[in-house]
Amino acid sequence: MSEATTTLPGPTARALPLPARRVLLIPVLLFGLLALLPLAVALGLPSHWLTLVTRAMIFAIAALSLDLILGVGGLVSFGHAAFVGIGAYATGIMITEGLAETLLILPVVLAVCGVFGLVTGYVSLRTRGVTFIMITLAFGQMVYFLAQALSAYGGDDGLTLYQRSTLLGFDAFGNRIGFFYVVLGVLLACYLLVRVIVASRFGRVLRAARENATRVSVTGFQVPQVRLVAYVISGLIAGLSGFLLANQTEFVSPAFMSWPRSGELIFMVVLGGVGSLHGAIIGALAFLFAEDILAGWTEHWKVIFGPMIVLFVLFTRGGLVGLMRKLGAGRDD
Amino acid sequence: MTEPVLALSGIQKAFGALKVTDGVSLSVSPGELHALIGPNGAGKTTLVHQISGMLRPDTGSIRFRGQDITGLSPERRARAGLARTFQITSTIPSLSVLENVALGAQARAVHPLALFRNAARDEALNAPAWAALEAVGLTERAHVLAGRLSHGEKRALEIAMALTLEPAAILLDEPLAGVGREEGERLIALLASLKGRYAMLLVEHDMEAVFALADSVSVLVYGRVIASGEPAAVRADPAVREAYLGEEG
Repeated sequence: MSEATTTLPGPTARALPLPARRVLLIPVLLFGLLALLPLAVALGLPSHWLTLVTRAMIFAIAALSLDLILGVGGLVSFGHAAFVGIGAYATGIMITEGLAETLLILPVVLAVCGVFGLVTGYVSLRTRGVTFIMITLAFGQMVYFLAQALSAYGGDDGLTLYQRSTLLGFDAFGNRIGFFYVVLGVLLACYLLVRVIVASRFGRVLRAARENATRVSVTGFQVPQVRLVAYVISGLIAGLSGFLLANQTEFVSPAFMSWPRSGELIFMVVLGGVGSLHGAIIGALAFLFAEDILAGWTEHWKVIFGPMIVLFVLFTRGGLVGLMRKLGAGRDD
Repeated sequence: MTEPVLALSGIQKAFGALKVTDGVSLSVSPGELHALIGPNGAGKTTLVHQISGMLRPDTGSIRFRGQDITGLSPERRARAGLARTFQITSTIPSLSVLENVALGAQARAVHPLALFRNAARDEALNAPAWAALEAVGLTERAHVLAGRLSHGEKRALEIAMALTLEPAAILLDEPLAGVGREEGERLIALLASLKGRYAMLLVEHDMEAVFALADSVSVLVYGRVIASGEPAAVRADPAVREAYLGEEG
């Protein structure tokens, strides 16, 4: 086929299609608005928002990581909160043992999440569909019960931390605005990283395998291997969000990795729009805002929130990002 | 005669009591287009699945470029240069036509799974992809999502995907199935243009196409090859006429 390379079409035919550019607008706007939040707080927005948005961004990191395997890879993991919980517990236990240094904690968090991801991924990725959902759920619950049994570290009641992680000995996460920007920075870095991965050769194979694994394997790729790597990467990022969560709440509890929490992460991804990455971030923000607002109205807020979720899933295909695209570009089909 | 690119010997496969492949031996030489015909349920697709590695034969061996590939996985066979298309069109609907084709070039690249380099703007992948699209006449549709192509275009796309693997042999499982007359003629012309460059095993129902394209023909009935040879000889074979061609009228 080498002779055919001389007959390439001209540059017009080879230009990239246009829609690729417009997709950038939403994430740029999103991160811009987030970066301005502390300013809004300084100008009078209740400071409660700073805490809420920080927490929402931490969940956004977890939701983003889930979107890599769920939205991009088509693997519905129902145990993703386990990674968040493991990250939080590794952080909590190390701080309790007097090892508060971030540069010590982070490698441990990533190593534990990586090993957990490799083992559980290797087993669960041998299955498909509902079985995969059930196996990831089972692994998640195993970690949940393990955390409950850790009586030396709070057991059922959870573990209160007497200090935050330090960075090179300084209390780097003590300032609320500073911590807000740390979380925003981590979120942005993770978002860019996942975007790059999705657009890479690896990402293309992952995307292709979601739709047609058979075709991908007869093209010469080992689909299970690719999925395992994506699963582990996703677990590492979720573990990172667990580290941040432990530092924000100064408390870790088995509830961090209970199965309803995994379900909430799935919902955040669906709410924002599966597979778009910034959709997962928007979904996480919207989820925590809605929770916060409804909980302010009535203590029975879940009675309202539940049906809202159902209606939302029924009526908006493509999630919030899909909705924005529809509203923003009426001509677009 | 040169050594065959692809040689099956004594392939057997049973699903329970049903023998779907019953001692099939056949070979395809470099550049030869070998057609495999037979009535519905004769086990043609099952045989293609075994050659491409999606099914494992119970007994018998498959040799490809002088190497025994009977135990290899589909991905290993693909990387060794054995490409295939599917009876039911098999593309990646949400990727563009160009990306679908580039996937094959990527499988042959030095770092097929590079984690950080952008794939869509990768000339090392796009150049062979454009060449393959050129070969099948799909350059105009390069940026369309594969799911939006017409049925015949999807068929051509699958062939382009096979070509980027730089295969030594291509298995074509009913490339004309469900395609209208006009697009069918275009596909036949495409296959004719590829003839001689690749060893091809063509499973096809369209007799007109088979006899126009094939260098040799094997007839499969109830999992067994009942005749094999030059098209004219096979067409004249009484057993073939009775078992298969007779129904076609």
